[in-house]
Amino acid sequence: MKLLTFKGGTHPPEKKELAKDKALLRMDPPQFVYVFLSNHAGAPAKPVVKENDTVKTGQIIGEPGGFISAYLHSPVTGVVRKIDKLYHPVQGRPMEAIVIERTSEDDWQFLDHSEWESLSKEQLLEVIKKAGIVGLGGAMFPTHVKLNPPAGKTIDTFIVNGAECEPYLTVDHRLMLEQAEDLVLGVKIVMKILGTKKAYIGVESNKMDAYEHLKRLCSDSSIEVVLLRTKYPQGAEKQLIYAITDRKVPVGGLPMDVGVVVQNVQTVIAIKRAVVDRKPLIERALTITGEAINNPMNVIARIGTTIQQLVDFAGGLKEDAEKLIMGGPMTGIAVNRLDLPILKGTSGITVLSHEAEPIKKPCIRCTKCVVSCPMGLQPYLLYLLGNKRKYDQAVEEGLMACIECGVCAYVCPSKIDHVRVIKLTKKVYQALRGGKK
Amino acid sequence: MKLIQSDAPHIRTKDSVRSIMLDVLLALVPAVAVATFFFGLYALFLCLFGAIVGELIEWFIVRILRKQKDFSFDLSAAVTGLLLAMNLPPTAPWWLLLIGLLVALGVAKHAFGGIGQNIFNPALVGRVFLLISFPTLMTKWTAPVRGFTRMPWDAMTSATALGVLKGSGFSEAIQRFSYVDLFFGNVGGCIGETSAFVLLLGFIYLLVRKRVNPVIPATYIGTVFGFASIMYLVNAERFGTPLFHILSGGLFLGALFMATDMVTSPMTLKGQAVFGIGCGAVTMIIRLFAGYPEGVSLAILLMNALVPLIDRAFKPKIFGEVKV
Repeated sequence: MKLLTFKGGTHPPEKKELAKDKALLRMDPPQFVYVFLSNHAGAPAKPVVKENDTVKTGQIIGEPGGFISAYLHSPVTGVVRKIDKLYHPVQGRPMEAIVIERTSEDDWQFLDHSEWESLSKEQLLEVIKKAGIVGLGGAMFPTHVKLNPPAGKTIDTFIVNGAECEPYLTVDHRLMLEQAEDLVLGVKIVMKILGTKKAYIGVESNKMDAYEHLKRLCSDSSIEVVLLRTKYPQGAEKQLIYAITDRKVPVGGLPMDVGVVVQNVQTVIAIKRAVVDRKPLIERALTITGEAINNPMNVIARIGTTIQQLVDFAGGLKEDAEKLIMGGPMTGIAVNRLDLPILKGTSGITVLSHEAEPIKKPCIRCTKCVVSCPMGLQPYLLYLLGNKRKYDQAVEEGLMACIECGVCAYVCPSKIDHVRVIKLTKKVYQALRGGKK
Repeated sequence: MKLIQSDAPHIRTKDSVRSIMLDVLLALVPAVAVATFFFGLYALFLCLFGAIVGELIEWFIVRILRKQKDFSFDLSAAVTGLLLAMNLPPTAPWWLLLIGLLVALGVAKHAFGGIGQNIFNPALVGRVFLLISFPTLMTKWTAPVRGFTRMPWDAMTSATALGVLKGSGFSEAIQRFSYVDLFFGNVGGCIGETSAFVLLLGFIYLLVRKRVNPVIPATYIGTVFGFASIMYLVNAERFGTPLFHILSGGLFLGALFMATDMVTSPMTLKGQAVFGIGCGAVTMIIRLFAGYPEGVSLAILLMNALVPLIDRAFKPKIFGEVKV
């Protein structure tokens, strides 16, 4: 069978065997949850609770702070203990978080809307917005915004991203096996919202069981399950769209510019939960994995659960644990403390063991980064220009097209950290340009 | 327990500069073995001398002269040293190789800043320097002696196939050097260039290990073949056949192992194709119209100089870039 794919990329050791056969376990809600007001891309939410307020599970505790922002709900039934600043791993600085102490079993406050079949497109979008759903693949972009493209953009294709190309992570794989019916129903809801006739679920070839399971479920629908080549970054939005539809998202453009909307598997399931089961987003499934964790597994945990609690649940860290990553090893964020809570977009906790520090060498122009860059960039050149602070020239060479997948640094035999410098160059350029205006 | 905070990606490929260089050395082993068979143990000695002394010279330059602390035997100097040795006649005295190594590593590599910074292929700079400075020693060709214990200077002095072509014409050349001999290496010439066959074997190893891509060798050898074909139609006796040209001289050594030097070749596939075509054209111009019977080294060095321009002119297409 022909496997759909894109040009470039690489294939790091998958390491999915650590957790891929572990069925999802539901973790008991912790006694304390720490919910960042910035639990999504865009403006942080505005708190609507005060200290000592009692809250129910699913009760709104934060309202959107802007157009690109999202509602926030209490993950547990309990009392708001304080609203305080805590180090935010994605933002990289202290940000406000609501600390809630759990006082009893879940007393749910469900979303309040009628049967989903009777809802209009606008009402469905409102439900999704009220449920606080954001992209659960990691980007945390508010879903109601993404599903509501501006007038003039016609969407004809909806794609579910089931590639899960990050090494180690297996949560989407488990969801596609264990919650496939919810996923399919979620796809149908999204298709109704977008008004598309066609939807695809893209699954990498290293998840054949999930592919075949979904294929059976979708056999008599307009949802086509397609098999993708196992390659990193197959799940990057632009690469995924190209592999499945042969359309190229223009540089600086968005998927909607080529008539496509992409959602991660778990996001679609969350939409089904909100629309059909009336549950706002207060928990997520994630993989706890890596060589340096005692019992790699896939869990369902409340938003705001700390890494420490998750790690304990997975049998604790091994002695040689050296790096703890929120997310997968290619794009995740390394953190050096365990008291941080997971966010809506935390798809995994990956703990790596000690490895000899790679010897850094100058670039030997081996061309690996150029050949492997899925965006057709020349990472070695962007690295050089970034280091020389030639920002304008770097932009001319396509700096802004970089999707920060990290393939260049992964493949480099000289162990050069291209992507770190490229990300920094982008930030500095944007700051400088912003200053000029 | 201390957790490290660092930037993504958190995993890296196991490949390193050293593992790449080690594979290149391994790929050259068959060629060294065949050279030893055809030219005797002294050829093997020169090859080992080049590789080992090359690394020692680099260690001295980096640690003593440049006072850098982070020297690690990355084997790149061994590759340069081995390739330089393979680019010498089997009769070359060891001190000639030593001078060549000093020029290759001291001037061509470290004066430019060391690994990755040099513009020209160091081994070729060393070779061309010796060719200009010691023309007699560098063109003292012998016929194969066959047998490991015999020494190359025991053998008869002999011209190379391309030398005969230039001097006496094609019918004379093909009489003395059959295609089979040219392919398998039963002819005189530099230590490493004698057998196209084993060089190809080594290169296939590098292809399988994904250390190189075939663009430069294919375009280089293809251009030589195409160029020679045209000239064959013009004057077969004077210019020889295309097959004769691709099997003779240092073309395989140059195209497979010298032109493909990562540091001194272009970064994109398109650029590499242009580079290979340029190498092929210049090689043939020198072979057929200039004073030297062979032009591989000079062709590659000339194209090395053009790499920055080629890199600038031939960029990969950015994914999703809209044509303006």
